[in-house]
Amino acid sequence: MSHFTTPMAARARQLVALYPEPRSALLPLCHLAQEQDGWLRPEAMVEIAELVGVTPAEVRGTASFYDMLHTEPVGKYLVSVCTNIACLLDGAAELLAHAEERLAVRVGSTSEDGLFTLEEAECLADCDHPPCVQVNHRFVRTTTADQFDALIDELSAGGRADEIPTHGTLVRIRRNGGLRVDPEEIARERARAAGRAG
Amino acid sequence: MPLTDAPRIVTARLGQRDSHTLERYLATGGYEGLHKALTMSPAAVAAEVDAASLLGRGGAGFPAGRKWSMLKKDPVTYLVVNGDESEPATFKDHLLLESDPHQILEGVIISAYALQVTRAFIYIRGEFALGLERMEEALNDAYRHGAVGRDIFSSGFSLDVVVHPGAGAYICGEETALLESLEGKRGFPRIKPPFFPAVIGLYGQPTVVNNVETMANIPWIVTHGGAAFAALGAGRSAGTRLFALSGHVQRPGAYEVEMVKVSFRDLIYAEALGGGVREGRDLKAFIPGGVSAPWFGPEHLDLPLGQDEVGQAGSMLGSGSVVVMDSSTCAVRAAWRITKFFARETCGQCTPCREGAGWLERILYRIEHGGGREEDIELLMDVCDNISPGVQWPPQQTTICVLGPSIPPSISAAISRFGDEFLVHIKDGGCPYD
Repeated sequence: MSHFTTPMAARARQLVALYPEPRSALLPLCHLAQEQDGWLRPEAMVEIAELVGVTPAEVRGTASFYDMLHTEPVGKYLVSVCTNIACLLDGAAELLAHAEERLAVRVGSTSEDGLFTLEEAECLADCDHPPCVQVNHRFVRTTTADQFDALIDELSAGGRADEIPTHGTLVRIRRNGGLRVDPEEIARERARAAGRAG
Repeated sequence: MPLTDAPRIVTARLGQRDSHTLERYLATGGYEGLHKALTMSPAAVAAEVDAASLLGRGGAGFPAGRKWSMLKKDPVTYLVVNGDESEPATFKDHLLLESDPHQILEGVIISAYALQVTRAFIYIRGEFALGLERMEEALNDAYRHGAVGRDIFSSGFSLDVVVHPGAGAYICGEETALLESLEGKRGFPRIKPPFFPAVIGLYGQPTVVNNVETMANIPWIVTHGGAAFAALGAGRSAGTRLFALSGHVQRPGAYEVEMVKVSFRDLIYAEALGGGVREGRDLKAFIPGGVSAPWFGPEHLDLPLGQDEVGQAGSMLGSGSVVVMDSSTCAVRAAWRITKFFARETCGQCTPCREGAGWLERILYRIEHGGGREEDIELLMDVCDNISPGVQWPPQQTTICVLGPSIPPSISAAISRFGDEFLVHIKDGGCPYD
């Protein structure tokens, strides 16, 4: 019994097929699991382990290295406020404090209604719009407390769904088809990679 | 282009409507470089890039042509493109990925042809959701257009490209950590030398790893010739470069300027560029190339934006990000926040970096928040010395990768330039800027 739904399981197999070694699909599969469940559930990690040929512990051990992979539930909206140097110089600490107050959560926790998880982020590479805020890894460019509040009101009312999908959905554009290079060449490449792995 | 008459190379389409679409790309000369490259021999394409003297735009500034020439001959080789931009205050690749993905992709296809690889991976920082979507869409359109896939433009050359999302880890911008991550592992940098990715890379096969901005320059170089690129800039710093300007300036933004011909003063103060320090305040210091770089002061403003010029002055152009701090900035707080970043992002393999970063962060925190001790300044420098012996520039290394030696520069710069501020914090039991 697959933890992935039938369409998700099909996408998982397509992802694995893109790489010379199945293990390379580990991070993309973790993103896929988060798209389905909102976070990285233990059952998903077991299935990912089977798909890429490692143990569930290796999946967990790898996933826990990466900030975007959540092995505990997070809110529908992950709100990330950058406080790194460029944002620090332009009021990031104050905006983060405001976010804590507005959402009634401390950094790292989720609001009671399960809607918002707040995190203090490292540089998000949008330093000409400081302080930088992302919601579910979309740049929202709310640089003032008022703009931030307006965004939270909008999201709470179910707004901006087209622009900001729920947490876990990262890339909404699907790759069109698999590999196209001569199958013999791909087979040769896979054999080399397998020889090394073995 | 601001201040000189050099053409805009990587930002030509920025600001145009739908600049990310294939339609707009084709209407503005897109994929002409690829058509031209496919009429040349792979070696001739590589020779043009070598002649361009294009320095890698990721941070280390290694000549791209030389990197290519080091690729070990093997039936299976790979091209990996580094779009994991996470050096604090660097936001040029973010911009290029979102606004002109085809330009990057065309650079990748041309490079793959020159290197004769049939598989390329574009590793994009996971937090760039829109950038990932734009690149995936561009790739789908390029396949349909025949610019990638089997028998590209009926040339006989075939290539598959895979867009790979990262998952949140600064260290994966280091090229060997990126390869580990692409193999589905933690982003642990590999020991090198003796073996660099050009010899043992992805899946143990010879691999070229190039930055996104480096790739974005390739179509122009092939279209106009390496010599035309090399004619821009001066010395080893050829062409133009996209600088990310942030902090206390009137107009923060990413600006493409001709290398060497433009100075830090121009970048920060010119009306067409930064427009000056905000609110009429004075410049206190600036970081010239990412937070791993030693800080500069007002006396460095007239240095040209050139790799060697900045290196000789004791810092680096690095990732091309310039952070301006005005007179209202607390040097202790700035150094503490930068150090906190490294403490969070160290991969944990090497003791000096893993332990040192945390110790330094806690010492700086207590100085900033009123708990500083007299011996703390000496202690900071001692811990820095254990991570990077001598705390000198260019830095010495006790760790597998350069994250470790990237920690001391902001601390030693803050202490040597603004040591009196540290003393005031300690003596008064708090931050004078609060």
